[in-house]
Amino acid sequence: MLGVIARRLALGLVTVWLVSVIIFLGVEALPGDACTAILERDAHGEALDACRKALGLEVPALDRYLSWAAGVVQGDFGMSANGQESIAQMVGYRVRNSLLLAAGALAVGIPLAITTGVVAGLTRDRWPDLLFSTGAILAMTIPEFVAATILILIFAIWLGWVPAIVLTPADAPPLEFFPEFILASTVLTMLMIAHVMRMIRASVIEAMASDYVQMATLKGVPYWRVVFRHALPNALLPAINVIALTVAWLLGGVVVVEVVFNYPGLGRLLIDAISSRDLPVVQAITMIVAATYVAVNLVADLLSLMLNPRLRSHQARRR
Amino acid sequence: MAAPPLLDIRKLCVGFRSRAGLMLPVLHEVDLSVCRGESLGIVGESGSGKSTLALAAMGYLRHGLQRLKGEVIYDGRDMFGLPPAELARIRGGKLGLIPQNSGQALTPTQRVGTQIREALRLHCEHDPATHHARACALLEQVRLPDPETILRRYPHELSGGQQQRVAIAMALAGEPDALLLDEPTTGLDVTTQAHILDLLRDLARERDMAMVYVSHDLGVIARVCDRVQVLYAGETVLTGPARAVLRAPAHPYAAALLAAIPRLGAHGLPSALDGRPPGPDVARHGCAFAPRCGLATEACRAERPNMATTEDGQAARCLFPGNAAAHGAGRDAPACAADSPCALALDGVSVRYDRPGWLARLRRAAPPPATVEGITLDLRRGETLGLVGESGSGKSTILRALAGLLPPAAGDITLGDGTPLPKAVERRRPQDLRRIQMIFQNPDESLNPRQSVGEILAQPLRLYFGLKGQALADRAAELLETVRLGAHYLERRPGQLSGGEKQRVAVARAFAAGPEVVLCDEITSALDVSVQAAVLDLLNDLKARHGTAFIFVSHDLTVVRALSDRVAVLYQGRICETGPAAAVYGAPFHPYTEVLLGAVLAPDPDHAPRLLAEDATELAPPAQGCPFQRRCPVKLGAICETDTPPAREAGAGHVIRCHIPLETLNKTAMG
Amino acid sequence: MSALAATRRRRAGTLLREVVARPSGAIGVTLVTLHAVMAIFSPWIVPYDYKAMAATLTLAEPSAAHWLGTDHLGRDVLTRVMLGGREALVITGIATPVAMLWGGLAGVWLGLRGGWVDEVAMRLVDAFLALPGILPLLVLITVFGTGGEVLLPTLAFFFGIPVIRVARAAAHEVVARDFVSAARARGHRPFDIVRREILPNVTDTLLVEGAMRWSWMLLGFSALSFLGFGVAPPRPDWGLMISDARVYMSLAPWGVIAPVLALSTLIIGINLTADALAKTLGLDRSRKAVI
Repeated sequence: MLGVIARRLALGLVTVWLVSVIIFLGVEALPGDACTAILERDAHGEALDACRKALGLEVPALDRYLSWAAGVVQGDFGMSANGQESIAQMVGYRVRNSLLLAAGALAVGIPLAITTGVVAGLTRDRWPDLLFSTGAILAMTIPEFVAATILILIFAIWLGWVPAIVLTPADAPPLEFFPEFILASTVLTMLMIAHVMRMIRASVIEAMASDYVQMATLKGVPYWRVVFRHALPNALLPAINVIALTVAWLLGGVVVVEVVFNYPGLGRLLIDAISSRDLPVVQAITMIVAATYVAVNLVADLLSLMLNPRLRSHQARRR
Repeated sequence: MAAPPLLDIRKLCVGFRSRAGLMLPVLHEVDLSVCRGESLGIVGESGSGKSTLALAAMGYLRHGLQRLKGEVIYDGRDMFGLPPAELARIRGGKLGLIPQNSGQALTPTQRVGTQIREALRLHCEHDPATHHARACALLEQVRLPDPETILRRYPHELSGGQQQRVAIAMALAGEPDALLLDEPTTGLDVTTQAHILDLLRDLARERDMAMVYVSHDLGVIARVCDRVQVLYAGETVLTGPARAVLRAPAHPYAAALLAAIPRLGAHGLPSALDGRPPGPDVARHGCAFAPRCGLATEACRAERPNMATTEDGQAARCLFPGNAAAHGAGRDAPACAADSPCALALDGVSVRYDRPGWLARLRRAAPPPATVEGITLDLRRGETLGLVGESGSGKSTILRALAGLLPPAAGDITLGDGTPLPKAVERRRPQDLRRIQMIFQNPDESLNPRQSVGEILAQPLRLYFGLKGQALADRAAELLETVRLGAHYLERRPGQLSGGEKQRVAVARAFAAGPEVVLCDEITSALDVSVQAAVLDLLNDLKARHGTAFIFVSHDLTVVRALSDRVAVLYQGRICETGPAAAVYGAPFHPYTEVLLGAVLAPDPDHAPRLLAEDATELAPPAQGCPFQRRCPVKLGAICETDTPPAREAGAGHVIRCHIPLETLNKTAMG
Repeated sequence: MSALAATRRRRAGTLLREVVARPSGAIGVTLVTLHAVMAIFSPWIVPYDYKAMAATLTLAEPSAAHWLGTDHLGRDVLTRVMLGGREALVITGIATPVAMLWGGLAGVWLGLRGGWVDEVAMRLVDAFLALPGILPLLVLITVFGTGGEVLLPTLAFFFGIPVIRVARAAAHEVVARDFVSAARARGHRPFDIVRREILPNVTDTLLVEGAMRWSWMLLGFSALSFLGFGVAPPRPDWGLMISDARVYMSLAPWGVIAPVLALSTLIIGINLTADALAKTLGLDRSRKAVI
């Protein structure tokens, strides 16, 4: 068991390391560098040399990668391209805000997805299932910016409950951007719910058709006990990994939603950084998101390993 | 029969709605009744509706099935009319079910103890504090050693036999008056099966339970049932006392079914029953069995016969009850000449599944014993060599090694003309590959569902003979003829064929290469008995015509007996005994062969299996000594644990590997 | 060979018939066909020039002259909605098959190859999947520009990576089956085994996967346009139109609603088709995770 955990952990670290290499190489391969971006038309001659020296760009790529990686490991992402702000500081509050957003969406979305998925699976092909399944297809197919736009149209413009566009600084207390928070997390919840719900529905249908559920029924176990004690534990186990993948995908979806709602999170910072070609910031945000992705999946892997007796002993035997 | 029956099913019709909206029958006016203390066997081939009938007896139908007519009365109550709560009280309480595949019927996420205690809690009035002790007692009652440990296990941590016993214990928890058993021993090894049947017989007698035993295996029915009911295509065709039905069946279908079962007593093939039962989508006119019946007349085809009784207490749905017994005897398998030249030789072949990891190699840990070790065998032209053994005996592994799919770790494989075969298939020459062909266990797996039969047969023809166009099509059609399928099958896909037809296509594909040796891996174990007889007959036909040699792997000792010239008995990847079939199946026996033969069932009410050894399943062979030491009923002592048993010659080509001297083995045999 | 091609055509025909026989399939195929027809013929049937601005007629309400009103520059919304899907459909319509092809082949190859090559490649795939969705696209586009010649290969590359995983898993499943063992035991060349035994058995999975990924790629493409990294103005595109009209949403909601409906019907159509296709082929699409 410990061996398995160590192996998964090592694989996760390898993935994070590969991400860092991809990001670094990706940025290296781009034409121009931070200095050409900052100086724009003045990027020649002495000014360029001075800038490069100031940013340490004349050092060989490998050395720069090593020192950058060493900094990242210690939580120091260096300075932004204009050389005025520490990235760690820029990013700090925004990480909090984005995490709040994702957590809000998950806290509502996962219980909702599980409930609707289970109900749909149990009422297969009858009206609650048709209702939820159709709803899921619709929710899945509406792009996040469309959903966001519609919500703004309804709640900000027609009903006037929340201001349409707000500019809140990143370090403001969360209560100040509460309206955007509600709308943004609603959009994310809608997007996420559909996939998880559909997967759980399929999984519940499969469990309810299984031999062990039939056996439990024929053992005289009352219906709801069959559902909760025999079917659901088996049906929900595979959901752990799907939920993890959804969380990871949420991190990508956050970018667009934050831009639409002007939400002071990582996503908006990322778009701003890309627009202003602030590559160090882009690197830093990418690293943070990728590491979160890897961590979430790792936790899901370990969780299903711990909860699923079959996986557990299978792994133990293989070791 | 004065007392009313405990379970009474009257004119039950069950059907499902097809995609086209038609109501298709699965069960057609089936009657059934069992009294307290009586045991009834329900026999039928796959698709006969026997499992549906057993589940319907509990008032349960699978998703999509509907009850159209008829009623199920258990202990005076209509099972389809009861409110859910009352139904739940009967199910698992007074009426227990033992499912077909307990490995899948036990909830995988719950410990065995939790599941048994749940049954106790639902159906017993006892104080919950006593449940643990009662669960232990139940496990002891089903003869599971060390109940405390078993209760803490998850279902997947148990062997098939243990899972089945747990399921039995769970059914007993409700103190049932009647048990429904849905093929409870199918898929288990012969020795395990014999033990479980023994247990069920004793339990039924002790507790005066009624049993409804569903099986496709008449041998099992003969062992446990007082009465037999035969289902064919969803209707009852024959009922009667077990003895009468097994001795002189009054219905031609039952007679054909009995004739199709290979028996230990006789060398030679059972007789096959051609055709297949009508599906639920076929409109019925007259007797459902008429198309396959040798006795059928115009009258049979015109009108559905009623049940007619005979003198010995049978009731048959036949216009000519009792005329059925005259069924042609099977043909003898062609024997192989003793001086036939060698076709294939194995010398000291060993196979390992898990290579030691680099860490183990670094630590110089002793390697685990090989899965298959020291297999030395030879096969002559036109000979059938049977490889028998229980699951885990490595018999399929040997075939895969021969085919090059699983390169052996050691040993040599040589073709008849002395050509050595490289271990891995990639290194073998095409002309050598052609000479060895393999047929797999399950044709659903071994035929590509995306290819038509024509494309499937074209693969070897193109590869080995470079055939194209018309020549290819002609040859493929010709091959289909040899396996008794028409050329119109060329266009079909495997999904459109029945199990038997698929396996014939697989046989045709193997023979397309014109092989010298054909490796058969349990090729009839997924088929019904009647279909199995037909496939065996086909193999023998091909053997007689082409002089092909076969290695025939099976867990079924009777099938191997019917087909083989020579037999090798395997235990845990090691050969225990080899020799001519007649010699291996007669004294002197290797103790393991004797255990296996003792457990074989026959469709004969007077035959009782002999249980000589525990049915504990072993995961790995012991590192030293005799592979069978841990289960051997006549183990000598320390020598069996330390020394590899010597190969003793018991007769011409008959070799037994055992420490016990031959004379002693001869004496103990059948003692 | 021609007989084989005919069989294939026949199979494609039956498949389409069976998909359309389901209600969801019928609606889905109709929607997708409508959009495709619109994309092909719209240049000849649009009522106005998509660039034509009318300073006097900005944000006009729907009227007989402008059925869906005008936008903030006084351009006809109906015209722009009719044309707004073309670029997206063409680029994703090419990029999706390319992504499925390269991802599918790479995945099948890795599934068969196994060993350390597979191990390393899968770690790389993992690493790419860990990058937040839209980001690599954004970076490449900011650097190289937003033309189709950049978008197409970029989308094809990044959407092909998750396909590797799917195809590899499908190949793993097929390789373990006995008909592949049988072909190996007969001594066929690996290439023939892949072509005859394995690929026909993974195409179903890839087909359904492809339909699903197409809809995601369209979503991604529109999101790029919405963020200002996709189609360059003044060319019409739904994502861009939504983004532009959003500002004037309180004054002229039709400017938003029209492109939203257009985009949504297309995506819903593709998804319904994919669902019906999956059910017809006996695959369970809802089992698939988002990645």
